[in-house]
Amino acid sequence: MFAATVAATATVLGILLFLLGYLVWQGASALSLDFFTHLPTPVGEAGGGMANALVGSAKLLLVAAVVGVPVGFLGGVYLAEYDGGRVAFAVRYAADVLNGIPSIVIGITVYGLLVVPFGHFSTLAGGIALGLLMIPVALRTTEEFLRLVPDTLRDASLALGAPQWVTVVRVVIPAGMRGILTGLLLSLARVAGETAPLLFTALSNRYWSPGWLQPTASLPVMIFTYAIAPYDDWHHQAWAAALVLLAIVLGANVVARLALGGRSTAQT
Amino acid sequence: MNMASSTLATAEVSSAKIVVRDLTVRYGSTLALDRVALDVGDRQVTALIGPSGCGKSTFLRCLNRMNDHIRNIRIEGSVSLDGVSIYDAAVDPVELRRRVGMVFQKSNPFPKSIFDNVAFGPRVHGLRDRVELREIVERSLRQAALWDEVKDRLDRSALDLSGGQQQRLCIARALAVEPDVLLMDEPASALDPIATAKIEELIHELKTQYTIVIVTHNMQQAARVSDTTAYFYLGRLVEVGPTEQIFTNPSRPETEDYVTGRFG
Amino acid sequence: MRLHTDRTYELQLEKLRSSVLEMGGLVEDQIAQAMRALTTRDRDLAQATIARDHMVNRLDVEIDDLAIKLLALHQPAARDLRLITTALKVTTDLERIGDLAEHIAERAQELAVELPIKPTIDLPRMADLARGMLHRSLDAFVREDEKLALSVCSADDTIDQLHEQLFCDLISFMADDPRTVSRAMRLLFVSKYLERVGDHATNIAEMVIFMVKGRSIRHLDRPPRDL
Repeated sequence: MFAATVAATATVLGILLFLLGYLVWQGASALSLDFFTHLPTPVGEAGGGMANALVGSAKLLLVAAVVGVPVGFLGGVYLAEYDGGRVAFAVRYAADVLNGIPSIVIGITVYGLLVVPFGHFSTLAGGIALGLLMIPVALRTTEEFLRLVPDTLRDASLALGAPQWVTVVRVVIPAGMRGILTGLLLSLARVAGETAPLLFTALSNRYWSPGWLQPTASLPVMIFTYAIAPYDDWHHQAWAAALVLLAIVLGANVVARLALGGRSTAQT
Repeated sequence: MNMASSTLATAEVSSAKIVVRDLTVRYGSTLALDRVALDVGDRQVTALIGPSGCGKSTFLRCLNRMNDHIRNIRIEGSVSLDGVSIYDAAVDPVELRRRVGMVFQKSNPFPKSIFDNVAFGPRVHGLRDRVELREIVERSLRQAALWDEVKDRLDRSALDLSGGQQQRLCIARALAVEPDVLLMDEPASALDPIATAKIEELIHELKTQYTIVIVTHNMQQAARVSDTTAYFYLGRLVEVGPTEQIFTNPSRPETEDYVTGRFG
Repeated sequence: MRLHTDRTYELQLEKLRSSVLEMGGLVEDQIAQAMRALTTRDRDLAQATIARDHMVNRLDVEIDDLAIKLLALHQPAARDLRLITTALKVTTDLERIGDLAEHIAERAQELAVELPIKPTIDLPRMADLARGMLHRSLDAFVREDEKLALSVCSADDTIDQLHEQLFCDLISFMADDPRTVSRAMRLLFVSKYLERVGDHATNIAEMVIFMVKGRSIRHLDRPPRDL
């Protein structure tokens, strides 16, 4: 039994290390200052970059956060603190279903709602699609971390004469904040790599995308586009983009781990 | 919560701080308290003893309406504080809980600084002035016999304190809103003998100013600390009387069986 | 009646009771033996009585030790507390009765070598009364019978009266014939001792009432009619 578990662990670690190693090997050569600061160049020209994709991904995540965080957070607070029987059950069920919907379906829905009527692809539509994907994760994470806050803290606050909402805002949420923030960060990191919905909503852009109503480049879509193109130079850039994306996701996970590794909200 | 209050909302002539009559509590179909009648004397310590599940904690939580939040609870009968029924529609439970404070079995300081813990209650009730808050915090910590130990580290986290210190902090926190009554639910059960002794000493000092009701499963503690002792069994109040009498010559054989260790 | 959940404790309380009874039975017998030595002028019996007093003292110490141990280790309350404190006080009275029996035996030895002065019918009667009081108070202790204990308190007057009467008799005896003074004085002492036995038995009965009812009737001028 022990040997089997050791073998499984070694396999998992091995895969991760292999992926990292392969990406680094393939993509490191294309990583340069140019990569981070220049726009893509036409095929054949050297020195292109993915600056617009980086900025584009950032803008998309910003919109996603604006959509996903309030809804997810407040929904989670509602479920954890004001658990109201049937309504709570419905909300939780809906969130779970939303979580299971394939991202491409979300994408095509947003396409139908926000792209077709307005006649063009936009950062806004892409961000909204990502935000919708974020909601269930943010909601569940918030709820879980709030539930981890022991009832004794709520009791203490109520016994001092604090009304329910004060207890939630000034005791429960601060106590669970560390976990909630990391949960939100992780859910953002998750949607950072979603590609399918962006294909219908933000599309892509070889240039800067001013404002919010234009199509925009993003890291995942660029990886997709460059990887299947027949140009070696683009292949390298795709690897580099993949490496950057992986670094972002890994970074978010490491930050989350460090943040949660501090004092927990539970009492000794 | 479904509640049928009795008509006992007018003042009764008595020196009792809290008057309970016919208190019956049900969780769904389970009967937790059965027609309990008890007077809690002003500025005295009343101890509630009895085996686990006898209803003493449920009774305690009725006194500050902490049971309101429990699903499927039905409360009948009357509980009056200074002659006014606390379950009256006009009574604000928030204000009630300022007057009737509570300390719990396991100390539960907020994960904030010591200062913020004690100042929490006054702040919630609208006090913002920093100077006044500081005064209240110091006074409460002195009353809880904790000031000397923490006065140099009020900004440090409350979770750094030892178990006994945390419990005294919770007492200070409860005292900060200047209640009339202090309810204590097995306050020392998680503490070592020295910390327990400090809490008991504290209770002796506090009772000159506050009315205290303490639930304890430790009979000797009830004997040491209280003026009046009430014995609960299976939701009924079996006997209540001066502590000395309960422990030397109780009236009911059930009480005597319990205090002498004849648990059957 | 329910038993203690802690069986060892229950057994020790039982041992306390039985030790008190054992001591009580012993001193009752000491009184009887000493009186027999007095009336039969048996010096050897008197000597045996005196020698046996050390057993009474040993029991006194044992019971004290057990009571203290129970107090320290078990924090007794209510009836158990009253039982233990009663046991502590009762052994004091029993030990004193034992000493009084020893003194009676000493007087018996002294009187045995002298001529008898009068039939000592009164003294045996007093002794029977005193022993009866002691017996009933110990009975009341084991049966937790407060009525029986109360009857002991009422009987104390009779013994006091007998002692008064004997006192007068012996005084007139001594006035008539001064050569009988030393013997009469010794008999007077015995009468006093027996009256003291009655007092101690009354003390025991009062403690039993406290043990059973939780109320003390000690040091009242008159015993109450009922409880």
